[in-house]
Amino acid sequence: MLLTIMKKLINDPDDVVDEMLEGMTAAYPDRLRRLPDTQVLVRDDGPVDGKVALVTGGGSGHEPTHAGYIGDGMLDGAAAGDVFSSPTADEFEELIGACDAGDGVLAIIKNYEGDVMNFETAIELAEMEGVEVESVVVNDDVAVEDSLYTSGRRGVCGTILVHKAAGAKAAQGADLSEVKRVAEKVVDNVGTMGTALTSCVTPEKGEPTFDLGEDEIELGIGIHGEPGTERTETMPADEITEHLTDAVLDDLNLDEGQEVLTVVNGMGATPQMELFVLNRRLQELLGERGLETYDAWVGDYMTSLDMAGASITVCAVDDELKELFDAPADTPALAVK
Amino acid sequence: MSDDRTGDDGAAVVAAVEAVAERIEEERDHLTQLDSAIGDADHGGNMARGWAEAADAARDLDDPDAETVAKTVGKTLMGEVGGASGPLFGGSLVFAAGELDEGITSETAVAFAETYLEKVEDRGDARVGDQTMVDALTPAVHTFKKSIEVDDLDPIEALAKAVDAAERGVAFTVPIRARKGRASYLGWRSVGHQDPGATSTLFILEELLAVAAERLGVDVPEAAATSPTIPDEDPDEAGDDPAADPGDD
Repeated sequence: MLLTIMKKLINDPDDVVDEMLEGMTAAYPDRLRRLPDTQVLVRDDGPVDGKVALVTGGGSGHEPTHAGYIGDGMLDGAAAGDVFSSPTADEFEELIGACDAGDGVLAIIKNYEGDVMNFETAIELAEMEGVEVESVVVNDDVAVEDSLYTSGRRGVCGTILVHKAAGAKAAQGADLSEVKRVAEKVVDNVGTMGTALTSCVTPEKGEPTFDLGEDEIELGIGIHGEPGTERTETMPADEITEHLTDAVLDDLNLDEGQEVLTVVNGMGATPQMELFVLNRRLQELLGERGLETYDAWVGDYMTSLDMAGASITVCAVDDELKELFDAPADTPALAVK
Repeated sequence: MSDDRTGDDGAAVVAAVEAVAERIEEERDHLTQLDSAIGDADHGGNMARGWAEAADAARDLDDPDAETVAKTVGKTLMGEVGGASGPLFGGSLVFAAGELDEGITSETAVAFAETYLEKVEDRGDARVGDQTMVDALTPAVHTFKKSIEVDDLDPIEALAKAVDAAERGVAFTVPIRARKGRASYLGWRSVGHQDPGATSTLFILEELLAVAAERLGVDVPEAAATSPTIPDEDPDEAGDDPAADPGDD
């Protein structure tokens, strides 16, 4: 059998992350700064005095996550690991140290074993240096309990909403415990479920991570090409939307009349046209369930390299979260005026 | 391990790290082979790279004390090994290094070992019987402590008993089911496989013993002088190719 190496706009697979970070700082020289000899990007104007710092990080390949959300009203810095691999603890430690302005640091961690262990080690080391650090672990993926890479549920697109709400709270001058409380409120009220039409192709491997037949889709996928929970024949967009939305809403179990913020997220190689088609049915379904859409986001927020597919995120909102989601943000990947 | 030669403690730790780096490099393929049966086949390569860098970093230190060497090695491992092994082997060492601030004595060595074990357990959320490095480390640390504090053995005898205990711990990982780490994704298929992290833990302890004995000019006690009997690879493992592995972030 002929081995097909997928075409990619890369040089050496080993250099992809480094070259991406160089390109990012070149694109946003007045916003992003790279810490020397690391894969850590921070706000160019940071650390910001009088503000709790928000930091995150994880494997690369999820762009614009993570560094795309660095800026006013969201993150202060982010560590980039190699493709789909956690940053190391020393990089997380540098990130925390560089972002702390003396008012404490909130670490936002997606629930993957490597991320959690490396971040926790870094937090303990930073605390020994006198930095006050709290953390939240995001686990919004309703598809799985224990997955290939986690104990407990995976952290996926809902993480962006944690960045937004907690970032807004920090920008208002709230203290670390308040910022953490808001982050946890989002974690407690958000759910996500995704589907893949194709596998992603990592630069290193150059071929699909999993095989999906011409007429097959995978439901309940993660963001690293890990297998989903169910493989079915391909379906019209409306039916796929129903599967994803039902899974999320069954998990959240919201009362009628509840206001929600929704995100239809592209996995990296999905035309916006298709994302809007999904959003159309999503909003109908929410109406049928008696839920009220407060805001609907559509776009690529948390991707999986070149995977075709989408995820649907629903977050129940109250007055506090609505105000925080509406608050100004100015980052390369997300701006709220 | 020199109650009366604390001035040499930094050099002793450097020598131990060099010995570990050499041993892990020798065992690289063996560790990779163990890991490919139940994990993602990167333990040998990652550990060999990390310990080689750590040995370089330790050698570059100018007349360091034991704590400084241990901390430097831990930091280097943390940054170079990656995945979960970085925080487990390296991060734990950074924290335990503080116990050596008064040099290496039987007492500080026990405190160092206990802190190291505690950090590995906490970080990995693993206990004995989960088929992890804890299965080798726990009996080694407990045996070492008891040998020093209860049996009043000299440090080399105590360390030899610890190595012996670790060896049994490694053997214990074979017939049990993995409950932590990547091998746990295999469920019952993990039974019958020797844990790579427990195995590399044993190699590290064996080298600590060899270097300590050499520097104190004593023979390694008979019980622990032989190489461990590690079961051959599982005949059934050929079909146990774990799921496609894009990473662990």
